Amino acid sequence: AWAQATTGTVTGRVTDTKNEGIPGVTVVIEGTQLGSSTDVDGNYTISNVPAGGRVLVISFVGYTTVRQQIAVGEGKTLTVPAQALSESATQLGEAVVVGYGTQRRQDLTGAVEQISSKSFVKGQVTNPEQLVQGKVAGVQITDAGGAPGAATQILIRGGSSLSASNAPLIIIDGVPVDNTGISGATNPLSLINPNDIESITVLKDASSTAIYGVRASNGVILVTTKRGVIGDKVQVTASTQQSVATVAKYSNVLNADQFRSLVNTYGTTGQRAVLGTANTDWQREIYRPAYSADNNVSVSGAAGNLPYRASVGYLSQQGLLKRNDLTRYTGSLSLTPVLFKGSLRVALNLKGSWVDNNFSNQGAVGAATSFDPTQPVRSTASQYSVFGGYYESLNPDGSLNTLAVRNPVALYDLRRDRSTVKRSIGNLTLDYKIPFVPGLSANVNVGYDVQRGRGTTFIPANAADSYVRNGQNNFYSQDLNNYLLEAYGKYERTLGPGRLEFLAGYSYQKFENRSYVFDDRRADGSIYNPVALSYSGQSTYLNTNVLIGFYSRLNYNIADKYLFTGTFRADGTSRFAPGRQFGYFPSGAFAWRLKGEEFLKNSSAISDLKLRLGYGQTGQQDLGGSYYPFLANLSLSNLTAQYQLGNTFYRTLRADQYNPNITWETTTTYNVGLDYGFLGGRLYGSVDFYKRDTKDLLNFVQVAALQGLSNYGNFNVGSLTNKGVEIVTNLDVVKTDKLSITVNANATYNQNRITKLTNSDSPNDIGQLTGGISGGVGNTIQVNSVGYSAQSFYVYQQAYDTNGKPLEGVYVDRNGDGTINSSDRYRYKSARPNWILGGGANATYKGFNLAFTLRANLGNYVYNNVRASSFYDASTNNFLVNRNREVLSSGFTSAQYFSDYFVENASFLRMQNATLGYNFGELLKKGTNLGLSVAVQNVFVITNYKGIDPEIFSGGANPTIGIDQTIYPRPRTFTVGLNLGF
Amino acid sequence: AGLTALSTGCTKDLDQVPDYSANAEVVYSDPAQIQQVLARLYATYAVSGQQGPSGQADISGIDEGFSNYIRVYWQLQEITTDEAVLGWNDGNLPSINTMTWNADNEFVRATYDRIYYQIGLCNEFIRQTTDANLASRGITGATATTVKQYRSEARLLRAMSYWHIVDLFGGGPFATEADVLGTLPQYKTRAEIFAYVESELKALDGTDASNGGLLAPKAVYARADQAVCWTLLTKLYLNAQVYTGTPRYTDAVTYANKVLAANYQLCTTPSAQFSAYQKLFLADNNTSEARNEIIFPIAFDGTRTRGYGGMTYLVHGAVGGTLSPATIGINSGWGGFRARQQFTALLTNNTTSTSDARRSILYTSGQRLNVDTLTAFRNGYLLPKYKNVTSTGVKGSDAAGDFPDTDFPMFRLADVKLMYAEAVLRGGTGGTAGTALDQVNEVRRRSGSANLSAVALNDILDERARELYWEGHRRTDLIRFGRYTTGYNWALKGGVNSGRDVDATRALFPIPNTDIVANPNLQGKQNPGY
Repeated sequence: AWAQATTGTVTGRVTDTKNEGIPGVTVVIEGTQLGSSTDVDGNYTISNVPAGGRVLVISFVGYTTVRQQIAVGEGKTLTVPAQALSESATQLGEAVVVGYGTQRRQDLTGAVEQISSKSFVKGQVTNPEQLVQGKVAGVQITDAGGAPGAATQILIRGGSSLSASNAPLIIIDGVPVDNTGISGATNPLSLINPNDIESITVLKDASSTAIYGVRASNGVILVTTKRGVIGDKVQVTASTQQSVATVAKYSNVLNADQFRSLVNTYGTTGQRAVLGTANTDWQREIYRPAYSADNNVSVSGAAGNLPYRASVGYLSQQGLLKRNDLTRYTGSLSLTPVLFKGSLRVALNLKGSWVDNNFSNQGAVGAATSFDPTQPVRSTASQYSVFGGYYESLNPDGSLNTLAVRNPVALYDLRRDRSTVKRSIGNLTLDYKIPFVPGLSANVNVGYDVQRGRGTTFIPANAADSYVRNGQNNFYSQDLNNYLLEAYGKYERTLGPGRLEFLAGYSYQKFENRSYVFDDRRADGSIYNPVALSYSGQSTYLNTNVLIGFYSRLNYNIADKYLFTGTFRADGTSRFAPGRQFGYFPSGAFAWRLKGEEFLKNSSAISDLKLRLGYGQTGQQDLGGSYYPFLANLSLSNLTAQYQLGNTFYRTLRADQYNPNITWETTTTYNVGLDYGFLGGRLYGSVDFYKRDTKDLLNFVQVAALQGLSNYGNFNVGSLTNKGVEIVTNLDVVKTDKLSITVNANATYNQNRITKLTNSDSPNDIGQLTGGISGGVGNTIQVNSVGYSAQSFYVYQQAYDTNGKPLEGVYVDRNGDGTINSSDRYRYKSARPNWILGGGANATYKGFNLAFTLRANLGNYVYNNVRASSFYDASTNNFLVNRNREVLSSGFTSAQYFSDYFVENASFLRMQNATLGYNFGELLKKGTNLGLSVAVQNVFVITNYKGIDPEIFSGGANPTIGIDQTIYPRPRTFTVGLNLGF
Repeated sequence: AGLTALSTGCTKDLDQVPDYSANAEVVYSDPAQIQQVLARLYATYAVSGQQGPSGQADISGIDEGFSNYIRVYWQLQEITTDEAVLGWNDGNLPSINTMTWNADNEFVRATYDRIYYQIGLCNEFIRQTTDANLASRGITGATATTVKQYRSEARLLRAMSYWHIVDLFGGGPFATEADVLGTLPQYKTRAEIFAYVESELKALDGTDASNGGLLAPKAVYARADQAVCWTLLTKLYLNAQVYTGTPRYTDAVTYANKVLAANYQLCTTPSAQFSAYQKLFLADNNTSEARNEIIFPIAFDGTRTRGYGGMTYLVHGAVGGTLSPATIGINSGWGGFRARQQFTALLTNNTTSTSDARRSILYTSGQRLNVDTLTAFRNGYLLPKYKNVTSTGVKGSDAAGDFPDTDFPMFRLADVKLMYAEAVLRGGTGGTAGTALDQVNEVRRRSGSANLSAVALNDILDERARELYWEGHRRTDLIRFGRYTTGYNWALKGGVNSGRDVDATRALFPIPNTDIVANPNLQGKQNPGY
């Protein structure tokens, strides 16, 4: 220790540019272990500082670090002039949200990308994931079509699983949310108001995700909502967006005259007899211009040490399909007080939403492309009066033809399909700096995510689609409850040549999924099928998943040059049998900040250079609906699957397939990344190479006969690899007070390969057939095979005549055995893109702002099921099915579903959004702000794909990618927005 | 160590179990629930999962509706023969019609998987109900005898499914209740499985009902009783020459005699709407006189036993064209099965009367006799034999007209009569030629055709076709008479319109590649030709 006389005390204050004190800022004397952090007013005191010339280093995440020369006098107190920190102009100092904390961007060792509100996609954005669509390298976001609240697939680095979920873990303000989806809402994220979101961070490699062990294999998305800041004055922001959406492209089906001519050429006598005389364009009948309003008001500020933000939102969104709309009310409250002189930081976040869905009948979308265009919407003929006067296909005896396509307009006119879904997410976080032990803090986080889905389906007795059962009057109901308790301790100190941060914690999360069952009723309320009570005699079915984790992380930073991170998590899940519940997931990363080295320190050309190396293992246990795959149980049959012995009907008990040995799927990720900044920070970005090996895939696979209790089961079998490159570039083209232009671009190459699928490597194994199509029953067009990408198309090779016209039913005998059978099918391309590109530009000139976002996928193929169904079918019984115009060129008269002729290159370039805004500034009154913007979503798509949209994801219970069975059209939306702040 | 202590303390909540299902310990301690498990073994023939009509599927890898036992079994037995074609665009279904299937065919695989699924369920039931297990779960005395009776039925159902393996696939993987679940079964040859089925059936036949043996014939509707066991033995022995190379016709006669001596009668009384023969295939065939002829029905019910296989498939699949679905008691036809012209000729040839009730079922309006195009429903006559209306013409219980009440006659007396005649004609002792002729003529007379004055072996094959068409016997019969792969051709056989001989190895289906991949013990055990 130094003698008393040789030291002095340093005191001072740190403020922001508005001269408000910043609490929690780290202030250290360089080259010593002496330091302090600022109190709630931004004041600090460091005693026992050796006298003499010293350098004071003041740093805080999100702000530029300041180094200040001071001279400390013996036995004196030096009062350093107040130091104002400016928010970091470069990306490097930006606070990046990571697992259990934040880090300066320059300290990151993993592949982490954060998009903050100013970079979000603008215009009409109604779901959170749309904010970053096309913005993040390695992240593919595809919605299931243009319906409000449509399901979305988020795939990070190609996904690591086959049968198990490929969805990333989504954490909103520290609460891992339930992504299982709830009855009544097709997209659980649509329950979050994107206007409340401050930033979205994507953790991509294992060194950043492994701290979430169990659920991290498919990446982690951290959503941080907006909150108030100490020192802010009351700020009220009100915004409104008014939009109109239009159909961008219609499906290319035959018009009435073309169809009449086709039927007269190919049809049977019976088919010609049912041709009508009308000219109906069914697609134009069912769609409409759709109007939407999105209104939001927020209040934020700070009352002393209590920063707050509250917001309310109202979204009223129409779908293009008539009678389809969504109304969403949202509210959020955030209180983030700092107590006990900054030693206790409290964060209370509450979010609530109430969504009313009116689904209409989305079956009308497909029906409109196949219903006979020569028939009218309505008919006054007497035989149709029982169907509400809508034209329907009848049998010759006058009864309803139940196999025919139903009248698309009647489908939605005679159906009321509504749901109300409520969701609340909330948590309370306490972060307490333990007194007397410098550097030690404790953090407790309790949270919940509850959802209630309720819905009704009413179909009147005269609706043709439920005519045989006299309509429907049904309820459904589901509750999701998710409780969270997390606690961790953190210890920071200087140790040896560097600074150490150690964190260790415990996490408990319980997911309860309760569905209710009801009588199946006719329109008049009478019971059509009575409810089946469960084995325990209840009308509810409860599934529970508990996850318990122990985690730790060590960061060691030597001179801001050498950065080490190690994490370890032990995770337990209730999905596996006792003894197999825990998985262990380590990771390690090293980053070398070359910019910190002497030879680059003063380089103005190179503003940043950092090499990152990462390794880690993550797990996957999410088998979707399979909650107890290890359990040897018998399940009780429903009332409609009873069996009669003697004069009694028995509800049967079936011994279900189980696998007592089932356990974790493990993904090992290797990541090499380079962060760069050139031209004084004007050109910056990163390049990452990754390889992700998943083994012990949680795979729903064929089981040997008599080995188990069914022919398929969940087993840890198989492995796959994703390899790829991600490139991110940002360029500040011009940056002056009046004019600024920034350009950003990202590119991802991903190669997905299945490396093992079965325990015995048999040459007989063609793989797992997947990708159900429409046409026939149970037909599939894709295969997962060893050596190929998942979802490769599995097709016959079409033979063509000399004019290039496909020969009907003639395929290449690829194995040369003289017969064409399924042994001649081959693997041709995949639904997965090779390249995913995104980019955009943002230009500001005085008050004007112009921004656009572009997205492209290259090398993705789509099976055009609409074209494949376009053969002239002479076998339909007394009804007609309209066809895509393909039938005119191919002239097929029988189904050729498995021809590669229908697998199309669906590479595309889409302008996702273009926005022009003008900021009037203090036009109304001093201290106010007024902005006006106009935007277009889905401006254009450039593609050779022949369907209405090249981006195809089906959503639903068994989602498929790259199989186009007609999609609810993605609209082209025009938006006017007004923003008022005061 | 600290972490371990903490983890055991905090992790009890990881042990979650649902309350909507129960484990074996609970279920097998309660005789009523054991009966529900037994019912499930029977239900495997009728349903495809626990939800009805679809959902919670028993097996995967194929559309659930396609996977039903009766459906897959019937399909391989009928549409590979002259009796039927099915022209749907479902995967590799067309190649079943044309005898060009391969070892990746999903319909062959579904049949195999479904049969083994049933064997697996039976094994598990027998495993759980051993005497030792019953005693340890407190089931004793008369209750234990009842449960042992269930166990005998499970053994009979398992023997039936192993017989299906022998008949369709030859050899295959083999396991019993003695094998531990989770282990890979070994391969057994056709002769070995045949011997096992024979020994099981004979053991069951030798056990008295009071000691947990099978129920007496007709004791309880739809239960597998002694008569089912005897019928199965008759079938096994009648085909033993094919299965093992050793004829067993005398044994066939022995067990046919046992069935004939039981209290079954041909249904001979027509109703106002339907012939006596037609009554066997109607919605009330579980309560009408048909019940006296049906030895082993698979019970269906329009409201309580629903699925897209079984009778739903057989009734809807036969309807299309100008045939009105309403007259069949359903809401729609699926436009599926038609007869090939060679079979139609058998039905209409000069040994049958034009008013023969079996022949009268042919529906020709709007249909062509010849099958030239597989997918064209108008090619081939229709045979709406199974109907969802009762003998008094009332539609079945499902108001929507989707799911029939009609039960499937797996075994019935007329079949046994014809088997008896055939076994005698093939040299089996224990019967006479005169009785054989009588049995054949009884069957013919019931449908309104004249008595034959003499019966030769080949007459039996044709009579079986006329009497038992679309009941799932034809492939086995043609093989036994040496007419399946060669010696008799029909439209589209081998993929050509006039039909052609196919390789003799087509008399067995291939073991699906998927199982050879999943079970290394099957490497090198594929049937010849695949």
